[in-house]
Amino acid sequence: MSAWETVIGLEIHAQLATRSKIFSGSATRYGAPPNAQADLIDLGYPGVLPVLNGEAVRMAVKLGLALNARVATHSVFARKNYFYPDLPKGYQISQYELPIVANGVLEIVLEDGSAKRIGVTRAHLEEDAGKSLHEGLPGVTGIDLNRAGTPLVEIVSEPDLRSAKEAVAYMKKVHTLVRYLEICDGNMQEGSFRCDANVSVRKVGAEKFGTRAEIKNLNSFRFVERAINYEVERQIELLESGGKVVQETRLYDPDKGETRAMRSKEEANDYRYFPDPDLLPVELDEAFIAAVRATLPELPDQKAARFAAQYGLSAYDAGVLTASRDYADFYESVVGEVPGHSKLAANMVTGDLAAALNRENLDVSTSKISAARLGGLLKRVADQTISGKIAKEVFEAMWNEGGSADEVIAAKGLQQITDTSAIERVIDEVLARNPGQLADYRSGKDKLFGFFVGQVMKATGGKANPGQLNELLKKKLGS
Amino acid sequence: MSDPPRASLTELIAGLRARRFSSAELVRTYLERIDQHQGALNAFISVTREQALKDAQAADRVLAAGGGGALTGVPIAHKDIFCTQGVRTTCGSRMLDNFVSPYDATVVAKLRAAGAVMLGKTNMDEFAMGSSSETSFYGPVRNPWNPALVPGGSSGGSAAAVAARLAPAATATDTGGSIRQPAALCGVTGIKPTYGRVSRYGMVAFASSLDQAGVLSTTVADAALVLREMAGFDPNDSTSVDAPVPDYVAQLEQPLAGLKVGLLKEFFDKGLEPQNEQRIRDALRIYEGLGARLTEVSLPNLPLSVPVYYVVAPAECSSNLARFDGVRFGHRCENPKDLQDLYRRSRGEGFGAEVKRRIMTGTYVLSAGYYDAYYLKAQRVRALINADFIRAFKSVDVLIGPTTPTPAFPIGAKTEDPITMYLNDIYTIGANLAGLPAASIPCGFVNDLPVGLQVVGPHFAEARVLAVAHAFQRATDWHTRVPQGYA
Repeated sequence: MSAWETVIGLEIHAQLATRSKIFSGSATRYGAPPNAQADLIDLGYPGVLPVLNGEAVRMAVKLGLALNARVATHSVFARKNYFYPDLPKGYQISQYELPIVANGVLEIVLEDGSAKRIGVTRAHLEEDAGKSLHEGLPGVTGIDLNRAGTPLVEIVSEPDLRSAKEAVAYMKKVHTLVRYLEICDGNMQEGSFRCDANVSVRKVGAEKFGTRAEIKNLNSFRFVERAINYEVERQIELLESGGKVVQETRLYDPDKGETRAMRSKEEANDYRYFPDPDLLPVELDEAFIAAVRATLPELPDQKAARFAAQYGLSAYDAGVLTASRDYADFYESVVGEVPGHSKLAANMVTGDLAAALNRENLDVSTSKISAARLGGLLKRVADQTISGKIAKEVFEAMWNEGGSADEVIAAKGLQQITDTSAIERVIDEVLARNPGQLADYRSGKDKLFGFFVGQVMKATGGKANPGQLNELLKKKLGS
Repeated sequence: MSDPPRASLTELIAGLRARRFSSAELVRTYLERIDQHQGALNAFISVTREQALKDAQAADRVLAAGGGGALTGVPIAHKDIFCTQGVRTTCGSRMLDNFVSPYDATVVAKLRAAGAVMLGKTNMDEFAMGSSSETSFYGPVRNPWNPALVPGGSSGGSAAAVAARLAPAATATDTGGSIRQPAALCGVTGIKPTYGRVSRYGMVAFASSLDQAGVLSTTVADAALVLREMAGFDPNDSTSVDAPVPDYVAQLEQPLAGLKVGLLKEFFDKGLEPQNEQRIRDALRIYEGLGARLTEVSLPNLPLSVPVYYVVAPAECSSNLARFDGVRFGHRCENPKDLQDLYRRSRGEGFGAEVKRRIMTGTYVLSAGYYDAYYLKAQRVRALINADFIRAFKSVDVLIGPTTPTPAFPIGAKTEDPITMYLNDIYTIGANLAGLPAASIPCGFVNDLPVGLQVVGPHFAEARVLAVAHAFQRATDWHTRVPQGYA
């Protein structure tokens, strides 16, 4: 099996977060009743004409700049002709020969921590199609054209990806980027962010690519990984048993965990692309591009580098904390409450907070504990009012019952014991209650040190300052 | 001043404003004439009688109150290619026989806003594909000068209606000559403005890069007036041009002394019938008399116009007509057994032979492996033709020549041979490929049939084209001739 190399290229479709469609004034809101958001232009009525939404262009330019790509000052919309009921005009308006964005690059981090640059061949603007409805419509097919004309940017990678994991890392990176740029809501369940994967295998060392299959419409990171892994295995088995991979379009069935042939390229349409005579070429001047550049936010890689440097975080933590703008902003707000304790804050945000959010399927923007209150909790750890261990208990209480850290600490009496004499008193009691263990310890059983720590903590309800306890206990036992 | 129906649109407006007659009376007069002659001419597909009378009465109230726009109370007809809200818009096709448009084309809305009253929708070649108005699902239109002959096309219904004085003016469209050729064959005035001058929004598309709306009327002055009201930037049409519209009426009277008129060598070819050529030469002498200087110019790539057009136009039409699939509007076949059957039969039944021919031609020239050889090459030659015209307009102000090689021909004479039919547009197609403004005006008769003179100007020089054409009508009376039986 190791004799084969996987080659993957992704075509990611990101729905642009414009208020109206790319060529009409209809709204793009998700979930409206069928055809409530389809006007005469979306329905392809006789005589109607498309008018380009400038906001979609601006968003595509933003993406191009963030990908360090070439933003075309001259790009052209073409018609892709084919008949399908969800395609009202009988053609899709898309950019073909002259896309708005070309030759970009995106860096991903591999499992071993090394970085890899993935080429972005192009990104072009196009309109989405509608969808056919079958559920609850026995014997007929319904058509919902709400989605028809929704602006998409299709981001096409070079065949630079070498495993399903790399593909997922790349897709996640693009996902992060489009949300940073606020050009796509990234909602994969609603189809706002999805991809087609071109997958092939070749013998290690071979120069020519193998024949590829295209897996259509993958709308979760997990499906991307599983579908590619399945497809790679399928192709290798096929080739090793003397078969041949057919160039075709395949669909991933998440229930069965397999890909199935949809249609082969031989029966594929001849799309008869030609420049759309209803739309003028998109001409952008350098001033416009510069103005868009000025609106670019701090990008994920820049932010991660700054976090690592400014807050003394590991590359890994910096990466995790900058996975979304909201998350990064939350972290920075927390740090603002406890300056100088950025590592402590990072542990809390990537640890307890992330776990709680994950458990309840919440987003950082809907966190039950605000950044200010989380900072308040960390302040009490920093000033040794509570230990790190007690902090977890306070966190859970704040999460479940609300309130500030100070309120929870006061109500539950969780304040740490830092009075040396008080701790000594408890140590003495513990030693007195456990003469056998004391004797064993003194005769060389060092491991019993932990036993005594545990007993003291138990007796104080975990509130003894661990550092002080260690020191005092060592002194007592050593004497 | 003459009375309706002989009066020009400009005269009718004066009569309305002077309260010599009401809009209701005027509209009734034209509706009666339509009733009287529709059977012989088949110029209309729909007559919007009740709405027209209602609109006329409303116009009369506006006029009585001293208000109104440039066209208030004047009846006009619309080619049935323009979408009209609440009114059937068929485009001459069975495909749209049942289609009632939910919206108005920009042209229709603008003319309504100017006060014009719609009489009805005129007959045309199916989807504007034809040069004789014979391909209509609603039967052929007949030429008022001789009912055995075609009126030209595709705007044959509009041209016949204006020639027979069933409407003082009518909207029309021109993709390869569809305004000018029927204007020539019916002895009326027609102008196709610069591509982008008039909005295409709401005009059922044939070939998007060539289609342009214009006017048919009896005089150049009328055409100038209606065009002024139709023209202008439309945010709904990305190809419409955002430039102010000059007052074409105010600029009509321009002295021609020193006007440099170019005679296109390629237009005086062996295809031009000698008698037609004689009428054109006569007209040129009149221009010389008005002070114009004639020079011969050559556009070496112009003879390629017809083949270029018959690649580009079908290519665009094959895509534009894909939306007629039987799903959302228009003709749907009975009991389709599956999706393919729905498409095949709905389109097979809904489209006529000429439309199918062009869809197939267009599909072919855009196909993988043929695109470069046909479509791409045609677009390159088109650019050369455009460059030829631009070069010519560096040395001349306008180009003047024939509109068609022959006068009107008999119904059925060319239907079996599409190539002969296509060659009818040999002198008109160039202006479409280059997007230039061009007019056709009556310049005499051959065997009692009208002959058209074509005036072509540089981009956005409608005012000049109209002024040059208007000067001819000041010097001649060909445009006042009314076919026998329609006076």
